[in-house]
Amino acid sequence: MTIPVLQRETWRESLRSLKVATWLGWQIESNWTEPFLFAVYSIAKPVAGAMILVVMYLVVSGGQTNNPLFPYIYLGNAFYIYVGSVLMGISWAVIDDREHYGVLKYIYVSPIHVYFYLLGRGVARTLTGTIAVIITLTFGMLVFKLPVNLLTMNHALFWPVFLIGLAGLALIGILLAGLTLITARHNYFMGEAVAGALYLLCGAVFPLDVLPKSLQYIGLGLPMTYWLEGLRRALIGTSASPLLAPFSNETILIILLGSTLLVGAISLGFYRWCERRAKEKGLIDMQTMY
Amino acid sequence: MNNFRREVMVFLRTVRGRAYPRLIGLQREKSWMFFEIFLPLLGTSAFVFIYRALGAKPEFTGFVVLGGAMTAYWMNVLWSMATQFYWEKETGNLALYLIAPTSRMAILLGMALGGMAATTVRALAVLLLGSLVFQVTFTVSNWGALVLVFLLTLVALYGLGMIFASAFLLYGREAWHMANLLQEPVFLLSGFYFPIKSLGFWISAGASLIPITLGLDAMRQILYPQAGWGFLDVGTETTILALLSVVFLIAAHRMLLFLENVARREGRLTVRGQ
Repeated sequence: MTIPVLQRETWRESLRSLKVATWLGWQIESNWTEPFLFAVYSIAKPVAGAMILVVMYLVVSGGQTNNPLFPYIYLGNAFYIYVGSVLMGISWAVIDDREHYGVLKYIYVSPIHVYFYLLGRGVARTLTGTIAVIITLTFGMLVFKLPVNLLTMNHALFWPVFLIGLAGLALIGILLAGLTLITARHNYFMGEAVAGALYLLCGAVFPLDVLPKSLQYIGLGLPMTYWLEGLRRALIGTSASPLLAPFSNETILIILLGSTLLVGAISLGFYRWCERRAKEKGLIDMQTMY
Repeated sequence: MNNFRREVMVFLRTVRGRAYPRLIGLQREKSWMFFEIFLPLLGTSAFVFIYRALGAKPEFTGFVVLGGAMTAYWMNVLWSMATQFYWEKETGNLALYLIAPTSRMAILLGMALGGMAATTVRALAVLLLGSLVFQVTFTVSNWGALVLVFLLTLVALYGLGMIFASAFLLYGREAWHMANLLQEPVFLLSGFYFPIKSLGFWISAGASLIPITLGLDAMRQILYPQAGWGFLDVGTETTILALLSVVFLIAAHRMLLFLENVARREGRLTVRGQ
């Protein structure tokens, strides 16, 4: 076969892996119960998560929602749902397939690309995450009159920021999946630990300005900080963070793109290294029974 | 008489035997302790910073730190009590429990006592670290009442955990999702991060069925007597917690018998990978 034909075949195989993994992931996420209970599950969790922050805000503000911090907190929390979904979705795919279903070794010997398979599992979690984000945003717009207008919002900023951010999340998820491959007793905590740390450090639900200086610097180095800031600016037009206010929209987009490319390079290299190490040490079919 | 004594001894030995792995597990993998303290502390810190960004009064930081510490118990009840029989079924241990010549209540009680002790270490660490990092000061107005409320909260809470464990005996994969579903909604309804009174009387009254709601509220009143955010007075909340403790323990016993029979009849006790 010539090189272009080989490349075409590789791409076709990768796309097939992505498609099949997405379908499989969706089945695992949704077919554990009746559609009604799945709908309740999909609505109750994100709405309750958002309501915790809303009640905290209302208790302090005495019922007022006109403070610019309110949409800041609400939108940050709504979009942060993606962080948990994608990071945990991809890294948990390794745990589920290796420990729970015991099929990771079969996936490795089948004619699919594991990298795209993992991304596909992340896509499935992104789909369920999207349902939760839409429900949370709709709830906020209807009940709390969030100042978001889907017609007049800055689409030119929103879509590039949104898609680059999701790609960045998927790449961090792959990095965690690599780490999961070579760890035994701590892989259950990793996705949660990274998602929890990002929640604190990237100004998801409060402006970075309230963090101690040293943590602010870490926050400014994270792509997710610029992702959430860009999304807020695209949806409500303003920033409630004096620390990020000097950055123009273009600067936010460029930093997000640059940091995502950097994360991507690190993630790909690290995953390949972890995969090789897992094969050398016979960890692909490890059963820890934890 | 000898028979009764032997049964009591078997019951106690079972409690000790089931509590043992929970306690010994604490020191078997010490790095887990770090994660189990570090993870709730991350969430708690984020909530403290929200209150700081909003300019809330200092007692709200104390409310959050206390709520953050108590999340350890709720998570333990969900993931190490409610879903435990599901995990045991998956690993093939459940059948062994059932054929063992001992009381299933003793197994649940052992799980609860071991879990309580192990979780208390984590909750205390979150409370101490949270208090140190965020400079929280608690003024205990009545130590006796605080200890009583705390103990009653744990008894009622783990009684509820035993009920869940019996109910989850029937579940397969749904158990994981159901436990997941009982996180954020319960954090909201029980006022883990804000005073429950702010949800209004009827929602707070309904949420009082979850023992941690009244337990947290009473503890906050004892630790911050001047804050004025109490839902009911401490005496009433203590009485309700005592009632819930009794009711939940009896209900757990009955449900365990009933649901074990249902699970046996429907052949669900040995189904794995569901």
